Amino acid sequence: MDTVAQGPAPDGGSEAAGGERWRAIEPGLLRMRRLLLVLWLGPPALAAAVLPPLFTDGLWSLLAVPPVAVAAGSWPALGRNWRSWRYLERDDDLLISRGVLWRQLTVVPYGRMQLVEVTSGPLERRFGLARLQLHPAAAAPDATVPGLAPAEAERLRDRLTELGEARSAGL
Amino acid sequence: MTPVPPAPGDGIPAGSGKRLHPLTPWRRAWAPLAGLFAVVAQNADQLRTWTASLGTGRSLALVATVLVCASGYGWLSWRVTRYLVTDTELRIRTGLLFRRSAHLRLDRIQSVDITRPLLARALGVAKLKMDVVGSGSADELAFLDENEARDLRAELLARAAGIAPEAAPTAGEAPARALYRVRTEDLAWALALLGSAWGFLLGALVLAPLVWVATGSLFAALVVVLPMLAAVWRGSLGAFLTQYGWTVSESPDGLRLDHGLLQRDHATVPPGRVQSVRIVEPLLWRARGWVRVELEVAGAGNESGLLLPVAPRAVAGALIGRILPAVDLEQALASVHRAPRRARWAVPVWRVGYGHGVTDAVFVARQGRLRLRHTLVPHAKVQSVRLTQGPWARKLRLAHIHVDHGANGTATARLQDADHATREVAAQATRSRLSRRRATPERWLTGPPAAPEATDGTNDTA
Repeated sequence: MDTVAQGPAPDGGSEAAGGERWRAIEPGLLRMRRLLLVLWLGPPALAAAVLPPLFTDGLWSLLAVPPVAVAAGSWPALGRNWRSWRYLERDDDLLISRGVLWRQLTVVPYGRMQLVEVTSGPLERRFGLARLQLHPAAAAPDATVPGLAPAEAERLRDRLTELGEARSAGL
Repeated sequence: MTPVPPAPGDGIPAGSGKRLHPLTPWRRAWAPLAGLFAVVAQNADQLRTWTASLGTGRSLALVATVLVCASGYGWLSWRVTRYLVTDTELRIRTGLLFRRSAHLRLDRIQSVDITRPLLARALGVAKLKMDVVGSGSADELAFLDENEARDLRAELLARAAGIAPEAAPTAGEAPARALYRVRTEDLAWALALLGSAWGFLLGALVLAPLVWVATGSLFAALVVVLPMLAAVWRGSLGAFLTQYGWTVSESPDGLRLDHGLLQRDHATVPPGRVQSVRIVEPLLWRARGWVRVELEVAGAGNESGLLLPVAPRAVAGALIGRILPAVDLEQALASVHRAPRRARWAVPVWRVGYGHGVTDAVFVARQGRLRLRHTLVPHAKVQSVRLTQGPWARKLRLAHIHVDHGANGTATARLQDADHATREVAAQATRSRLSRRRATPERWLTGPPAAPEATDGTNDTA
């Protein structure tokens, strides 16, 4: 109970009573997101920096500044966002906490789970990641944990389904 | 009808199942005619050249062909549409080209509606719709003979309630007892005291001449004003027609709602299906102590979501006590406390409306200033609890509490003290867990839940 009130500890992985522990997500997700950031913003920045001196005035190279600035700003922001993701399995519900500026804490009771899904795209697989998605009957958004190790995602899925069956309730 | 054991595949063995009323094909026959008419109306100037080139006889033949094809299609699709009630399911098979078969689980019934539009009333037929989570408009049985619809509803509810299968087809309608009937006079006054319809009317009256003068075109003025007039209609006379003679009655099958002047509607909401209740108090109703009560059930049923269009607060409280036995409305409303004063820096004027309270039975969220709305979610119906906080709210040490319930809705208590909200989210999760254990079984006549397995698995719901 107090684990909610305390919220996720800043350093992560704080041991609470009863062996419940806020877990962080895989660092692979941060690497993947940063790679995506570079892949999206690198080429335009490079093109904007290199092409103008070849053809016209070199001053146009300044167009490369915005993408670089966005990338430089997003780099630490991605890190903060990655650090903000936490989840905690309790006896009866799963807590997911996320967000830096817009914080969100979601409590999903196991008995309410209609469907537990593990997805993993091609890029996510390269980084050894999987995404766990919880579908309660209500259209509650964001009951998702990205960036889990596939084994951990499957363990969670099996555990949640099992607990969901044991605690299931009607609508 | 003999109970048919569940069969694999299509689910309706050949030769069994019932057809809809033979008048059904005609409800779709008007569509191609309307299409033809629309084409003609759009090209009115070319009509003469067309008929001249085709000749009157051939034009008539064309129209006749369209009619014959349409009614032929209607007749064939009527032939293939069948429904069957088994012990656990209502099975509907339909579709001439694209076969569609729906199996609706009886223990998941959220409501059963019977609708009789004006023309259908004259012909003695009715539409029956059974709502389960995820069912759509395609799953309605239109049309059935009126008596057949009534018997079918009784049978569906009896089976859903868990009456012995042999007795169910003949169990008949459970006796109903009228709880409250909205007086026509009250309804008329209540609608007249609603600000929104008057606002739209005023807007239309002001805007129409303005647009007319500005553009010089009557057509532009009409285009602007028509949607507003439609809103005025919906808020006044249209609402009066549908809400006329609103009767709430109680039966062992649940709550019955009957209403409508021209089109008679009927809805049955079985016990324990209500996911949330909203009490709405428009500004001008408060002096008279009137409230409107809306309820949400999972599934698309009871579209307007109205339980009572207008009633004194005491009546509403008594009625809510019937559908949610543990809830005391006055106590629930009294439990609400306002958002802290510093919330005015986030939402200046409307902060006064924001509030939040909890009783043993329900989570209450309040919002609105002119039109005060209290949303009550029984703890047992809470699907998930969320706490959100934006940067500005965090500066003010405030947070929002969202409570999601099974009808795809959310009750939001905005701008609560952050520490209080964090505690509240944790406490709400516990309260919901505890009260779910005491919930009524899905088959409501089968007695109290025996074990945690009182309800079978939810994982296969739609």
